[in-house]
Amino acid sequence: MLEQLEQIYQEAQVSLAAAASSEALHEWESRTIGKKGAVTLLLRSTGQLPKEERAAFGKRANEVKELLDAAFAERETQIKEIELIRSLESGQVDITLPGRAHPVGGLHPSTQTLRELYHIWADMGFQVFRSRDVEDDDTNFTLLNIPEHHPARDMWDTFYTTTPGVILRTHTSPGQIRAMRELGENGTQPIRVILPGMCYRYEQITSRSEMQFHQLEGLVIGRNIRMSDLKGTITAFARRMFGAKAAVRFRASYFPFTEPSMEIDVECFLCGGQGCKVCKYAGWLEISGAGMVHPTVLRNGGYDPSVWSGFAFGMGPERMTMLKHRISDIRYFWGNDLRFLEQF
Amino acid sequence: MQVPLSWLRDYVDIDIPVEALAERLTLAGLEVGAITYLGIPQGHVPGIRWPKSDHLVWDRDKIVLGAIREVKPHPDADRLVIAMVDYGGTELEATVTGAPNLFEYRGKGPLDRPLWSPFAKEGAEVWDGHSDEPKRMILKEKKLRGIPNRCMVCSEKELGLADSHEGILLLEHSAAYVPGTPLQDVLGDVVLTVELTPNLARCFSILGVAREVAALLDKPLRLPSFEVLMEGAGIAGEVAIDIREADLNPRFTLTLLRGVTIRPSPQWLQRRLQSVGQRPINNVVDVTNYITFEIGQPLHAFDFDKLKARVGGAMPTIITRLAQAGERLHTLDEVERELDAHNILVCDTQGILSLGGVIGGAETEISDSTQNVLLEAASWNFINIRRTMQSQKVFTDAGTRFSRGVHPSQALLGVRRGIELMRQSGGGQVAQGVLDVYPRPAPQVNVDLPIREVHRLLGMELDVMTIANLLMRLGFGVTVQDNLLHVRVPDYRMDISADPIIGQADLIEEIARIYGYDRIPDTIMADAMPPQWNNTALEREERARDVLVSLGLRENISYRLTTPEREALLLPMPAAAPEYVTLANPLTPDRAVLRRTLLVNLLENALANTRHSARQMIFEIGSVYLKRADSPLPDEPRRLSVLLSGERQTADWTGQAVAGTLDFFDLKGMVDGLLDGLHIKGATYERSSHPSLHPGRAANVLLKGAALGDFGELHPIVTGRFELAGAPVLVAEFDLEALLGAMEPNYGTNPLPTTPPVLQDVALVVKEDTTAAAVEAVIVKAGGNLLKAVRLFDVYRGEPIPAGHKSLAYNLVYQADDRTLTDTEVAKVHQKIVKTCERELSATLRA
Repeated sequence: MLEQLEQIYQEAQVSLAAAASSEALHEWESRTIGKKGAVTLLLRSTGQLPKEERAAFGKRANEVKELLDAAFAERETQIKEIELIRSLESGQVDITLPGRAHPVGGLHPSTQTLRELYHIWADMGFQVFRSRDVEDDDTNFTLLNIPEHHPARDMWDTFYTTTPGVILRTHTSPGQIRAMRELGENGTQPIRVILPGMCYRYEQITSRSEMQFHQLEGLVIGRNIRMSDLKGTITAFARRMFGAKAAVRFRASYFPFTEPSMEIDVECFLCGGQGCKVCKYAGWLEISGAGMVHPTVLRNGGYDPSVWSGFAFGMGPERMTMLKHRISDIRYFWGNDLRFLEQF
Repeated sequence: MQVPLSWLRDYVDIDIPVEALAERLTLAGLEVGAITYLGIPQGHVPGIRWPKSDHLVWDRDKIVLGAIREVKPHPDADRLVIAMVDYGGTELEATVTGAPNLFEYRGKGPLDRPLWSPFAKEGAEVWDGHSDEPKRMILKEKKLRGIPNRCMVCSEKELGLADSHEGILLLEHSAAYVPGTPLQDVLGDVVLTVELTPNLARCFSILGVAREVAALLDKPLRLPSFEVLMEGAGIAGEVAIDIREADLNPRFTLTLLRGVTIRPSPQWLQRRLQSVGQRPINNVVDVTNYITFEIGQPLHAFDFDKLKARVGGAMPTIITRLAQAGERLHTLDEVERELDAHNILVCDTQGILSLGGVIGGAETEISDSTQNVLLEAASWNFINIRRTMQSQKVFTDAGTRFSRGVHPSQALLGVRRGIELMRQSGGGQVAQGVLDVYPRPAPQVNVDLPIREVHRLLGMELDVMTIANLLMRLGFGVTVQDNLLHVRVPDYRMDISADPIIGQADLIEEIARIYGYDRIPDTIMADAMPPQWNNTALEREERARDVLVSLGLRENISYRLTTPEREALLLPMPAAAPEYVTLANPLTPDRAVLRRTLLVNLLENALANTRHSARQMIFEIGSVYLKRADSPLPDEPRRLSVLLSGERQTADWTGQAVAGTLDFFDLKGMVDGLLDGLHIKGATYERSSHPSLHPGRAANVLLKGAALGDFGELHPIVTGRFELAGAPVLVAEFDLEALLGAMEPNYGTNPLPTTPPVLQDVALVVKEDTTAAAVEAVIVKAGGNLLKAVRLFDVYRGEPIPAGHKSLAYNLVYQADDRTLTDTEVAKVHQKIVKTCERELSATLRA
């Protein structure tokens, strides 16, 4: 039996070295050192030997079993490594093939810009106050110091409805009156709000002008609000919206509901103020109209202009989006062409 | 408004480059939209950027003032002459030209007085006068019918001054002219295009702009002369004025010039009119236009003899009054007008002469044979003039100025300066005196301004003398008393209010403007922060947008204007149209009313996109507009709408895309996802009778009995109308307020289970009309606490299921929170579910 053991041992070593796959290895295992393997069976039959041979045979059989176990474990590791390498090699894909398309949703670019504006202004303590699209003539014009037939009305081309005195708001400024009356508690409370909303103008639709567009108005009312605050606040805004180094310029202008009034330009962030197509080679981009709230408007909002003061500003989210992303045609915004929307 | 620098310099010295001046004006609210250079080069001022101009620059050496000493005939051509030009050189230059305006001097020998003309030498760059397209050329020597020629006497077109190429430009003689002077120094100019906001009525003239320039540059203003040589018999008794509506016509003045000769205006005046875009006509009409542009007071000239003839030679009476119903007037622009009752008219006893302040009538206009001119300068109510311009749709230079406001004081200035300029160019004698009827003298406006108000509103300390000086530079009269300024407002500043508080604000703006907005500091608001609050409606709306985007939908924002006809397409059967908020002046017929639904927008957007996109998954959140019976303003509720259509998944090279087109259950999954994302629990679905939806594939979303919205497959008739018939169109429309109001911001959560679940399936055969919701409700009720989840995984009809029946197969998940369930426990609950279904739904267990 000892010879038989040695012979099995010799053969097992040869056949283990020849096992080149997991399958062959496991076949070898069950044939040799498994529960019904040759070595195991021999080991079990130790009892059939004469007493005097048992000890020596048993010792040698256990030795062989341990050697084969160890050889098996080593071979198994080798084969796993080989097989892993082989499987990695054969598992290559052409990584330049297109990915599988998943439906991707997205916000409209105007919403994205509005959110950016909400966020910046919220950090400065401005809450969002929304008011209606369909307005009465008084709130849209007269209470904002734009009397009927006044030449200042030429600044807005208005959509009138068939109900006398009811129009589509031409700007978000009527929201100033509504905010003062709703939040001001008869001219006793300070206010800091932004007023986003859709506005409407009787204007031919071209690549540069729309009949419908968003505005975002800001309104601050307080006991000690100064034009220097307006300048500081807008400059702080511009640095967040257009970059920390954005230069801002304030030009005198005219709006009936503010005084002093101004237009605000930011140095062109596309050309660094050197002059390009977008800024029409002027180096500046107009971003906002603003001013100190006119005493008449303060009065109409319930405030005493000798005690209270404030400032207001207005900006166009679509215009800002167009500047930032070099959009050449404002008509893209309400066209909702997926090929446009998918770029945002 | 066009502002030629040469004209501006009559009234103020300008010692900075024109580009810097334009910048100053722009920053002070007189926005310079363009700088047009005539002959002179564009300047470059550090720090100021203007678009590069590509105008023709007159070379200082090569384009000069020439003096034509003699015009000789061309030996071989009748249509050409040889001008002998003195250009400051040693010899005269023989220059061949075809200019017809030289022919009269041909062969007359040396001229007593030279003809002055722009002269371009060899190598000079000019515009090609013979080209229809703008084209530049460089002068080179060539023979003209045998005579060598290398220079040119120039037309206006060749210099870029005007389009005229009828002849060469001949300048009026001036003793100051020296041959060879660079033409830049003679005719070179710069014209600023100034855009005027409505408050800048005072700047609607060269003098008005000059006044701003003087203030900005701190230079004195030189006024033109208002002296008149009045040598004729008095105007009294020649004509009378009768103002009937003093509020609309506060002042009316007349002067009379007898024995005038109508002829072309002097060249300087013609040139100035051309420089502001006016066409010269004759010396009388030109002066009325000139004064309009010079000082901003429009004038009107009558042929006095025609006026007298209307009343049979008697004394005419000028009457200003409102129009009466049915009155008509044939105006100078050849329009027969039916007048409105608010139109103020200039009439005589025989009828209407002109539309006051806006446009004259044809009958009494100046003609070549006019001998006596009656000159009108009046003052009109600006609001009324604006109304008239709008209702009569007539826009004139006079009306534009009067409609913004011209102070009555200007009438007297205008009528005096106008009649004197007419006398100077047309001869004759001015009648002594001005007929001046002024029933509504404008009050003098004075404003007291404490300097603390300036500090309060500007946030900057300026001392009282600095403030006083800034105002005085603009022509305000200022008396300083400690820290108070008594300000006397000049008459041309009609924009300064007499209201003490508003007047102060008006003055503070002027102080800031002239001081410079850029010199006011930037500060951080020191005022107390107002109470802070959340805009919950907006925050929830934005949350809804985020949820929809996470479901793969693209946000749309559409026009809110549509037509009732387009919205009617949503109804398969004709129905009475609802009331719309309707525009009185739609821009186009297809944007005539405000929408009552978002669905038409989404359908139109989807249709436009089907041309290039195989799948539409879009949503819009926005207002609709519902008329109210009890208020002129409509309700503006907000809606949330979704549209799905097209391929469920775009096919790709893997061939593993989920086949098929989007259907009802895709949309229902989105709706479920939306409700989950908004943490709205307990919504139920009922069959919807929404008329736009397929009656068998439409659901109504209810929460505690209240409707949140409808969704489903669009009715095939409606789908067909929108030409989207290729695939089903799934739409949803929610009442946004109801939807967002159902959100539970403080929603609860479940702890993670610590015990293993037991999974069991059950397939139940039920009658066809038993709904899935009914089956699930029974399962859930019978399952009690131990049944944690129910998921339908199969619906089967057909053999061996009997006809009229269907099999619904569910995965059931059993789990206890506190222990591992035993097989016996699970079997007991499972059995109870099956028995209850058998009992309550007549269900049978599928074999």
